Amino acid sequence: MEVSLNFSGGAELLFGKIKQHTISLPAEETWSMKKLLNWIKDNLLKERPELFLQGDMVRPGILVLVNNADWELVGQLDYLLQNKDEIVFISTLHGG
Amino acid sequence: MSNTEEQKEIAHLRSLLKDKEDEIARLKLLIGTAGLPEIDKEDPSGRTPTAARHGHLTKDEVSRYSRQLILPQVGVEGQKQLANSSVLILGAGGLGCPAAIYLAAAGVGHVGVVDYDVVEVSNLHRQIMHREASVGVSKAASLAQAVRSLNSRVRVTVHDVQLDGSNAMDMVSGYDVALDCSDNPATRYLINDACVLAGRPLISGSALRWEGQLTVYNYRDGPCYRCLYPTPPNPQFVTNCSDGGVIGAVPGLIGTLQAMETIKLLLAEVKPDTSNHCRIGPSFSGRLLVFDGESAMFRTVSLRPKQLDCAVCASPQTRTINRVQDVDYALFCGRGPHDKDEGLRILKGEDRVTASEFRNVVQQSLEMERRPYLLIDVRPHLETSICSLPDSVNVPFENLEERVDELKELVNRHLARKDAGQSPLSVYVVCRRGNNSQLAVERMRTLLPADWPVVIKDIVGGLQAWAEQVDPLFPIY
Ligand SMILES: [Zn+2]
Repeated sequence: MEVSLNFSGGAELLFGKIKQHTISLPAEETWSMKKLLNWIKDNLLKERPELFLQGDMVRPGILVLVNNADWELVGQLDYLLQNKDEIVFISTLHGG
Repeated sequence: MSNTEEQKEIAHLRSLLKDKEDEIARLKLLIGTAGLPEIDKEDPSGRTPTAARHGHLTKDEVSRYSRQLILPQVGVEGQKQLANSSVLILGAGGLGCPAAIYLAAAGVGHVGVVDYDVVEVSNLHRQIMHREASVGVSKAASLAQAVRSLNSRVRVTVHDVQLDGSNAMDMVSGYDVALDCSDNPATRYLINDACVLAGRPLISGSALRWEGQLTVYNYRDGPCYRCLYPTPPNPQFVTNCSDGGVIGAVPGLIGTLQAMETIKLLLAEVKPDTSNHCRIGPSFSGRLLVFDGESAMFRTVSLRPKQLDCAVCASPQTRTINRVQDVDYALFCGRGPHDKDEGLRILKGEDRVTASEFRNVVQQSLEMERRPYLLIDVRPHLETSICSLPDSVNVPFENLEERVDELKELVNRHLARKDAGQSPLSVYVVCRRGNNSQLAVERMRTLLPADWPVVIKDIVGGLQAWAEQVDPLFPIY
């Protein structure tokens, strides 16, 4: 199963400054968002994980989107990934 | 003098003359605007736009707004609506400048500008309505002046005050719509709460580096800022434009879109008449625009609805915030409303030297003609090409771990050079403002073997303090 990950608003700084990642996950398993966050922690995070995760959750100030919709609209941690899904992590900006 | 030299000289004099002529033109403009009516100070109560008084548009107004007047979504009723509307711009910076100027140009009747800061040179690359001559002047007054000189029909109110819990409600209630053009989380939560409690929609923009975000909060049944972000981010993860950098055109674009959303929101209030069925309204209520200038990508995403358990926009029975005066926003966010760096205090006094003390260390070593210390600059490599202290070695803070061998080797070389029996080797760590240098000292203490005769200290206030206390010619950025 192929999933696209996008990090922006500064969240990419935790992932080697790379904004766009395409990952392959074993399709025979089911992948919840919760499981994906763990996978990201183990496989992609370059820096200290506490900058991205707080317990099982994404840390405050990072908005999570599943196919351009707030993950709150699709079940948050329980959402089950589909092939070709696009998951976006946006760090909220405060500057002006 | 040779011919080419003469030509060069003439060209130079011509350019000087041109500069002087531009200056005269600018001064004439200033004198011209000085004759116009005074800008209101702190009086957002009355609403006296021209069109409202007449109930129709004057000949001047028709010509002035003709290009938008003939759009079916605007029309005479829409133009009158704009003239009858009032808009509060919270922040006269990179977002507030274009937002205010487009709203004034479109004929919004009353524009309020809130900002407590003064214009700085480092603002000019993005806060485009301020002028070189305005450096040191109140930003709110400077932007108000720009608005007035563009459209003298617009009433402008300057709020040259620090927005806080005591004044936010009065300010926001005095206008139909608010634009969040601020630059820090504490102010953003305060603005949101004041808008929710005063029942005003909020057009929110933000920008950093190459990216910008835009959304509309508290419009009809849409969510508010707290619905999206019930918990504030740790201040450690909040980057401002001063630390992170920003391309000026990004807030330029986002501020312009804030003006656009505001105009659409105001026009939505026009009663539909039978000849004009064009309904219009804001596009970003419950939606977020994410712009990435680096890859030229615009993304529009759907946001969650208004949250029933929101601390401020839930029903009066369930909400926990009833008055903004009761909330300590700096405490809530872990940091106050100032964009400026509020120095970290991690190291104890004896683990730090001031810039002046370090100057003495340098001076002594010059007299002794040898350098018994090591100076490590932990800024990103890119910044060392802007300016750096002589004899400093660059090991960026973020690379300390991966470059630990290099660091050990460096310290070792200096230790070997040191006379036997001499006091421990002094290692000084410097950064831009004295925050990362403290973290770097802590980290280096764990990275270097504990039994090495090394004393690591940082320079308080970093290179900025060096420029302020020791070398006035040293660049500050
Ligand atoms: Zn809310």
